Amino acid sequence: MTAAPRPLTAAVIYGLVLSVLMVCAPHAEHLPLWLSALSGMALLWRALIARRNLALPPRWLLLGITLGGIAGLLIVYHTLFGQEAGVALLIMLTALKLLEMRTARDATLVIYLSSFIIITNFFYSQTILTTLYMLATLLVIATTWLHLQSARLTLRPRLRIAALLLAQSIPLMLVLFVLFPRVQGPLWGMPHDDLARTGLTDSMSPGSISRLSLSDDIAFRVTFKDVPPPRERMYWRGPVLSAYDGQTWTVGKAQTGRPPQLDQLSGDVDYSVMLEPHYKNWLFALEMPVHVSIPARMAYDFELLQREPVSSREQYDVRSALNYRANADEDPFQLRYALQLPPGLDPRARLLAQGWRKQYGSDETIMQAALRYFNQQGFVYTLEPPALGGNAVDDFLFNSRQGFCEHYAGAFVFLMRAAGIPARVVTGYQGGEFNALGNYFIVRQSDAHAWAEVWLQGRGWVRVDPTAAVSPARIRNGLAAAIPNSAALPLMERTSSAWLLRVRFNLDLIAYQWNLWVLGYDSMKQMALLSRLGMADVTWRKLALYMVGILGSLVGLFAALMLRRLYPRNADQAQRLFLQFCRKLEKAGVVRADHEGPGDFAARAAAALPQHAAAVRDITARYVALRYGETHPPGALDALRRSIAAFKL
Amino acid sequence: MRASLQQRFSAWARARQTRHEGTVTLTQRSVYIIPTRRGFAFAGALVVMLLGDINYVLGLGYVLTFLLASMGLMSMLHAVRNMLRLEIRAGRTEPVFTGDMAEFRFHLHNPRPLARHGLHLRDEHGHHTEFDLPANQTLEVGLPVPATQRGWLATGRLTLYTEFPLGLFYAWSYIYFDTRVLVYPRPAPAARLPAAGGPSGSGTVNVAGDEDFTGLRSYAAGDTPQRIAWKALAREQGLQVKQFNAVQGNELWLDWLHAPSEDPEQKLAILARWILDAEARGLTYGLRLPGLELRPASGMAQHDDCLRAIALFGLEAT
Repeated sequence: MTAAPRPLTAAVIYGLVLSVLMVCAPHAEHLPLWLSALSGMALLWRALIARRNLALPPRWLLLGITLGGIAGLLIVYHTLFGQEAGVALLIMLTALKLLEMRTARDATLVIYLSSFIIITNFFYSQTILTTLYMLATLLVIATTWLHLQSARLTLRPRLRIAALLLAQSIPLMLVLFVLFPRVQGPLWGMPHDDLARTGLTDSMSPGSISRLSLSDDIAFRVTFKDVPPPRERMYWRGPVLSAYDGQTWTVGKAQTGRPPQLDQLSGDVDYSVMLEPHYKNWLFALEMPVHVSIPARMAYDFELLQREPVSSREQYDVRSALNYRANADEDPFQLRYALQLPPGLDPRARLLAQGWRKQYGSDETIMQAALRYFNQQGFVYTLEPPALGGNAVDDFLFNSRQGFCEHYAGAFVFLMRAAGIPARVVTGYQGGEFNALGNYFIVRQSDAHAWAEVWLQGRGWVRVDPTAAVSPARIRNGLAAAIPNSAALPLMERTSSAWLLRVRFNLDLIAYQWNLWVLGYDSMKQMALLSRLGMADVTWRKLALYMVGILGSLVGLFAALMLRRLYPRNADQAQRLFLQFCRKLEKAGVVRADHEGPGDFAARAAAALPQHAAAVRDITARYVALRYGETHPPGALDALRRSIAAFKL
Repeated sequence: MRASLQQRFSAWARARQTRHEGTVTLTQRSVYIIPTRRGFAFAGALVVMLLGDINYVLGLGYVLTFLLASMGLMSMLHAVRNMLRLEIRAGRTEPVFTGDMAEFRFHLHNPRPLARHGLHLRDEHGHHTEFDLPANQTLEVGLPVPATQRGWLATGRLTLYTEFPLGLFYAWSYIYFDTRVLVYPRPAPAARLPAAGGPSGSGTVNVAGDEDFTGLRSYAAGDTPQRIAWKALAREQGLQVKQFNAVQGNELWLDWLHAPSEDPEQKLAILARWILDAEARGLTYGLRLPGLELRPASGMAQHDDCLRAIALFGLEAT
């Protein structure tokens, strides 16, 4: 069915090279440098071959380059499968495919591969900017694609047709996007976390959270149903760390079968969280969540966990009780675990804590003593603390006295345990930035925080934030207020002019809505939207019917619009009017034969009705001009209509 | 299965189509459309993309996949529109000799202010030509077909098709024209003319000496290169052939019986050579075939009649 293969013109090849360049360019950021260079060289080489009319490289050379490239990929990624290695392989093969592209069939394959590479870019970015770039890329691809079908077409009409095709497709795409029955992924397995992500992990060592604080990345966004709680009560609970090895706090193995118990709940807040993917299982919520809208379980230490890692943006509604009593009746095993310390390390800290134990009677007063110690012994809250020695807690408490929240939380829990009070480290986020335009909070990685939790008889697990004792501003006003004018602070955290702030909030509001409605549009949102539009109890089958129906009408509408230019209305209407005229003559006994053209008929009618000859000739001449003429003066149709109406026998 | 479906479709299409006369206008009724192999491959790629979107929960991936699918769908409309309202009419054809390329000529008219791109015209044997048709214009399109045997060469069923704009759909229309090309037998390389004389036409003309140059006439296919007036060509007067006035008053009979060969086709080839040579020399000649006699005459009309007679000799009169 296809024509004989014809060689590709240089213009087509430039189009293909540009297409491949455009789809691959966003990947340069995370591809190994040598691979970007290799692909770039291949594109350049192909363009040069087309320009100078050179020969394509021999197959053995291409095979050699390909094998070399695959070996390189294996060294970098240790596999050819999986998300990142797969994308790298696809890009390399597409770039090299250009170098052995001979026929229109090869070119079509390159077009398809390019479209496919666009989608792989969405693993990394799905912003509005990415969408605009995608549209620009599609325009280039479509323009080249057209060229494969008609080699003589020049750039301008090609661009015009491609833009038209793209513009016509957008309404259809919107219908498909809204109504195509959505299936909840994943289908065959989770995307791997082989990409470097910023976010909390299940361990904490000195420096880990201060490093995280340098990132502007958004962790999640929160919309409160009613009045948001005060900032100093916004503790977004994440991983709970109970085991300490002298350097690093980890989750530990303190799992018990006993379910977590919350009582004496009050101070309910309702809010909805849109969590960015962080490839770990926990969900963030204010201490303590009592109800979550998506399937999740609460661990023994009040971590909110999902079965599968959060690999895509997730939205959930939570109700939290700000006042609570957590596990007042704690498992003795759990309490013993929360007292363990690595043997032999940090003797001075132990002595200090044991001194407090002798001096003060109750756990509460020992706690107060420790906080007072941080507050009054010249401790500094800083993003750039000096490195600590082997006895890290001693070194921090008695020598450097400079630290970030992980230092304070860790040292505090150490002191409590040494004084015989069960305690553990809780990590998560604290506070958030309020976007007044969209009435929601933005919580960034720079809001990452660590605090402590101690277990008190009769009160259960109680939150204590030693950072607040050192730098109350951090808790009340955020990092930027606590560490003003630090060069290490991320750009977003630095206070800037009100105007800049407004722009920033506007941009984030748009991004938030985009994430909520476009990227987060799933089967649940689909059902919610359709029921709001009045389509009650939508089933899969109904949805498909709606989709096909609306799509069909849209295509029909486009067909009518597009074919209108092929069937000019003037000619049709002129013909209708002329038939009217013929019927009038018919009544007078002059019947037009099927084979009779308008000219012959007019001559015959004029002869039969000599008193009307002039009118008959005039009307026929006007009709012929409208029906068969190249140009129609405006108003010609109306003139014909008037003269036929005036024609009386 | 596929082949039998194709056959049945062809038969069905043929049944609802009469032979075209005059100008054919392509309408919705006569334009068919199906996806191409590339179209199916594209649909397959879209399904893979959709699975990827679902698995990796790529919101923007859905946007891209649906956008590409919509473009595919819209390209179907564009393909049909690319064909509609085109007017096609068969043009004049010129006779050719076997072994040459016959050219069927068609006039395609685009009466609307919409340019058409990537149109193809093809016959049932895969001979093919490709063209674009600007808005409000008429184009003469030639379809070259090799002439393999003498007689009438018919176009048979023609297919006008397009895969524009994306090559995902194949829109086509069948066109049945009664247009045909007359194919003359290829003249034998060289053969001595029979002598002019009495009605029997025996003996030979003294070719070398007593010919008189009488003038020039336009070159016709099959003229010997020796007689081309190269000087005239150099003066940019076009390709002309020298005419000679041979022995006047004598009738030259080109007779089937005197063609020096046993093979009938070879006899016809020799006769064709004689006709060309006789005409080139401006002789008055007649043609005798079994069951047919063309009275002696001269000029292009005689040349054409004689060649036509030998082209159709022994074939059913059509």
